[in-house]
Amino acid sequence: MIWNEKMECMSRDEMTQLQSERLVKLVKYVYDNVEFYRKRMDEHGVKPSDIKGIEDITKLPYTTKDDLRDTYPFGLFAAPHSDIVRIHASSGTTGKATVVGYTQNDIDVWSECVARCMSMADVTKDDIIQVAYGYGLFTGGLGAHYGAEKLGAMVVPMSTGNSKKLTTMMVDFGATAIACTPSYLLHLSEVLRDEGLLDQIKLKAAICGAEPWTEKMRTEIETRLNITAHDIYGLSEIMGPGVACDCKYHAGLHICEDHFYPEIIDPKTLEPVADGELGELVFTTITKEGIPLIRYRTKDLTSITHKKCECGRTSARISRFKGRSDDMLIIRGVNVFPSQVEAALINVEEVTPHYMMIVDRENNLDTLEIQVEVDVKYYTDEVKGIEKLTKKIATVIQQALGISAKIRLMGPNSLKRSEGKAVHVIDNRKLY
Amino acid sequence: MTVKQLSVFIENRRGRLGEVLKVLKDNNVNILSMSLADTTEYGLLRLIVNNPEHGRDVLLDAGFSSMLTEVLIIKVPHVAGSLQRILTLIAENEIDIEYMYGLSVETTDASIVVKTNALDLACKVLKSSHIDTMTPEEIASL
Repeated sequence: MIWNEKMECMSRDEMTQLQSERLVKLVKYVYDNVEFYRKRMDEHGVKPSDIKGIEDITKLPYTTKDDLRDTYPFGLFAAPHSDIVRIHASSGTTGKATVVGYTQNDIDVWSECVARCMSMADVTKDDIIQVAYGYGLFTGGLGAHYGAEKLGAMVVPMSTGNSKKLTTMMVDFGATAIACTPSYLLHLSEVLRDEGLLDQIKLKAAICGAEPWTEKMRTEIETRLNITAHDIYGLSEIMGPGVACDCKYHAGLHICEDHFYPEIIDPKTLEPVADGELGELVFTTITKEGIPLIRYRTKDLTSITHKKCECGRTSARISRFKGRSDDMLIIRGVNVFPSQVEAALINVEEVTPHYMMIVDRENNLDTLEIQVEVDVKYYTDEVKGIEKLTKKIATVIQQALGISAKIRLMGPNSLKRSEGKAVHVIDNRKLY
Repeated sequence: MTVKQLSVFIENRRGRLGEVLKVLKDNNVNILSMSLADTTEYGLLRLIVNNPEHGRDVLLDAGFSSMLTEVLIIKVPHVAGSLQRILTLIAENEIDIEYMYGLSVETTDASIVVKTNALDLACKVLKSSHIDTMTPEEIASL
């Protein structure tokens, strides 16, 4: 089912025309309302009047996560606070969170985009959908929730953390769709199997996102639960889930291109690359009011095609993600930067700056172990002393990352020292 | 009187304990008794050695987190109930035992190594009850 045929199936020429009009308007809007962009464009020697169409977008400077950090919390907001109706936040690279704000119109656009994505999974107003993303500052829960309401579906706001209640309600309510991370859905399939509930569920479709996953995982989910699983993509800086999603042909993720203009660039040279070539995904939020971003570097590596899809949609499609151009990890759907761990450990006087993050997946749930070397003078020969220190570090890490980690204390010099760029992460999950 | 115990933190890794013991062997530090508190992730090796200061230094130089801990080595006569009597005395004086293990050296008496939360008080209590503790010199001469 196509939610908005006009926007999703318009000819490429019409789309280019629409994007051009919206970009011209956006650039003037941010120049007039965001001091940061006014300065940066001035430094770059580009004026709003230089932007006459979408082809002029390459004249504009890029925006990065660091720019959001440097202007924390509201420095990039273009709308007055009285017009902002919602705040969300995600992990920053160090200490401070990345904060985004939405006007009522932004929320409406977001809901529209999520409704389009859910329609790609053939979810309709007749469905009962469990939203099992976290509700709160994270965009997953509320984003999926508002989109599903827009669709007119019956929304069950499960949030995260209680698999037993979720599976019980899935059976009792006859839920037909679910929105959650793909790894959590795999985990749920095991819970359902162990409880002997697999033949009692009415699930048809899953809209999975917030973390990278593979085709193999999709097949696994679809086979185990006898459903179709769709890959929904988004990031809070651009909006949240709903930026793109794959249709039943699973031939790439359709971008809501009338709102988010995509470019693929070479992360080294920052030059655009051709369709089909791997590069970093960059978005310009051409209709956003709260915190519009120009050429925001997502650091996600993918390729793009502008060919019409078998489903009838003409929107540009991005391939499954092939990795990141930075060191960000996504653990249990939460963005984690090694630099956050580093910044947190600096405040623990008992440990040295040497650490190693081991990411793995057990029973389809992400695990994070952080190995830290304790300063020799803080060792104790009592188990309870070691346990106290372990707990202290675990608390500091939990506060910094927003997810729990298992802390393993290591003897001095037991963590590998690398020559050159330090390696702080071992990711055994094979997600790309 | 207290003596110095050599304590070493060892993360659980195959061969790690052997590495510690090799450093001690190469530096002629003799182990008189040992205890290993093990958890799933690490072990705490506690050693009574003939030369604890030297043992600590050579282990630190070799990159191990070693430290000295004051403990009591209490002589326990080979008579049924003597250990129970000592522990009762310690408990009655509201002293907590952090850990304990036997000293495996052949003498006329048995001995136990005890770490408590109040070593001075423990010494005093034992002394007034005529319970002997070993001195560092005695340990060094074993």
